Amino acid sequence: MRVTLLSGRTIEQGVGKEYGKASREYYDACSMVYMDADDMKKLGVKNNTNVQVTTPVGSVILKAVRYPRGPTPGLIYIPYGPWANAVCSDATTSIGMPSFKGTPAEVEAAPEQKVLTIEELLLSEFGR
Amino acid sequence: MPIIQSVTCPICGCLCDDIEVTVENNEVVKIKNGCAVCEAKFLGYKGEHRIKTPMMRKEGKLVPVSMDEAVHAAAEVLANAKYPILYGWSSTSSEAQRVGVELTEEVGGIMDNTAVVCHGPSILGVQEVGIPTCTLGQIRHRADLVIYWGCDPWSAHPRHLERYTSFTEGRFEKSEYKAYVQKLKAQAGKKKIASLIRSGAPKAHAAKPQACYIGGVPPEMSKGGRKLIVVDVRKSMTAEMADYFIQVEPNRDYEVMQALRALVRDQDLDVEQVGGVPKEYLEAVADALVNCEFGVIFFGMGLTQSAGKFRNIEVAIQLVRDLNARTKFLIMPMRGHFNVTGADVVQAWQSGYPYGVDFSLGYPTYNPGETTCTDVLMRDELDASLVIAADPGSNFPKNAVKNMVKHPLIVIDPHMNATAMLADILFPAAFVGIEVEGTAYRMDHVPLPLHKVVEPPEGVLSDEEILKRILEEVRIIKAQKAEQKTEAA
Repeated sequence: MRVTLLSGRTIEQGVGKEYGKASREYYDACSMVYMDADDMKKLGVKNNTNVQVTTPVGSVILKAVRYPRGPTPGLIYIPYGPWANAVCSDATTSIGMPSFKGTPAEVEAAPEQKVLTIEELLLSEFGR
Repeated sequence: MPIIQSVTCPICGCLCDDIEVTVENNEVVKIKNGCAVCEAKFLGYKGEHRIKTPMMRKEGKLVPVSMDEAVHAAAEVLANAKYPILYGWSSTSSEAQRVGVELTEEVGGIMDNTAVVCHGPSILGVQEVGIPTCTLGQIRHRADLVIYWGCDPWSAHPRHLERYTSFTEGRFEKSEYKAYVQKLKAQAGKKKIASLIRSGAPKAHAAKPQACYIGGVPPEMSKGGRKLIVVDVRKSMTAEMADYFIQVEPNRDYEVMQALRALVRDQDLDVEQVGGVPKEYLEAVADALVNCEFGVIFFGMGLTQSAGKFRNIEVAIQLVRDLNARTKFLIMPMRGHFNVTGADVVQAWQSGYPYGVDFSLGYPTYNPGETTCTDVLMRDELDASLVIAADPGSNFPKNAVKNMVKHPLIVIDPHMNATAMLADILFPAAFVGIEVEGTAYRMDHVPLPLHKVVEPPEGVLSDEEILKRILEEVRIIKAQKAEQKTEAA
């Protein structure tokens, strides 16, 4: 399914980052993606199951969560963090600011695949 | 148990200075007045993720080393680098930032702060057209129309509404909190009725179906008191609190803002909708903008990170400029980190430029896109980096971080964050605003004192002290090198 990817702040991400980036709170808050309820139905994805988000930058497995505050058709939202940055556009349009909001992306169901922890993600991306 | 009053919260740009901290045995045990993030920081600072000793990567693993060894290694890296990046600065004190400018100048590198991935475009917009703004106190007492555009203060600045805008009791404008609670109660009542209907209650009680529009039905804008309008691409928590919510299609804020400018100038729109927003909704907003007595637009990453970037800010400021021909209107960026404003201010008064300052020529130059660290990283032009009080490992694009870890990486941070996990040389730092005092600038450029409420762990220095020691060592190494050069000659 073609969607537009946004990344941004959530209060849970804010709380998680203060506990520590290696904390359970941060992992739970950032390794997920908010999706529209109807889009999830179309994709055949249940709440709290895993999906794969792919963009020209890369691909990442995340837990799909139904967005609770109203319809957001064609939009997915990943809280700021290394999981979001595995797929967000890095085009700075020559002003320093990467395009963290509005990256075209592809979402598919991936119920069998595992969401990586921050250590596993860094190791797979940067070898450390 | 000593209770410390009026502590400044070192987290977001709100810099709430009414926190009550209870300390027992050199540990914070209770927080009063703070938001969820404030509690997480004050109660979580001492947690398991704290870095306790300096560390260096040896045979692929981070191992503890002495402070002297780490300082010398870091100074060697910086003194020998041709084009190092010194990035971060936003979660530390202005005193440390000042030492940072000195160090960057000494090593001839790039000093950049988190504004580059935050409100950098706002600064560029302001440089184009100026900014009509004020302090938050003015807004608290006088604003009768508050607009949050592309930001969700409930998530990112949780006490912004409570302290500075809609839910605060101002001298001339009253709090809307009670009205909001009543609205919530009414909504809960409606939900109950709806669930009764679903469970088979008589149809006569069925609520009238509401007009359906993705952005919600426009409520009456004729309500008295402070009005709150939220413009966003999705219904955020702040949008749920708003009197009026406008849902814009992603990357279409620029068009919507230009349409509002036309309407404010009494021009008619010859289209039915702009950026997914029907014309009549925009007209309702334009009416509210023109008819208020003191309006303010707060804007966030929704504008700076989506298509248009600094052009979005430029047009937002121009909208405010147009509005000032009709009424009183102001605009303010919702700055994120507690001292990112300070980082811009300190860099500006030390070097002339607010972020992305290049000292490699021996004097400061500034050209966003060329000297901003994200671009330098993407082009892989650096040969070393120092990251302090920030986490680009989490918050920079993957390909930028890939290039960062190719070269020596020095990290100064209290917590084991993603960048610290990738570091070659790692310094533990004391928490500014909890274990060290200092100065921070609020989002409206008001400097506030940060307090020390507990002692830092033994052997853990402040950012300022660590930077001073590295700077001292860099000067020694450079002097030795100069001496060797003259001897060789």
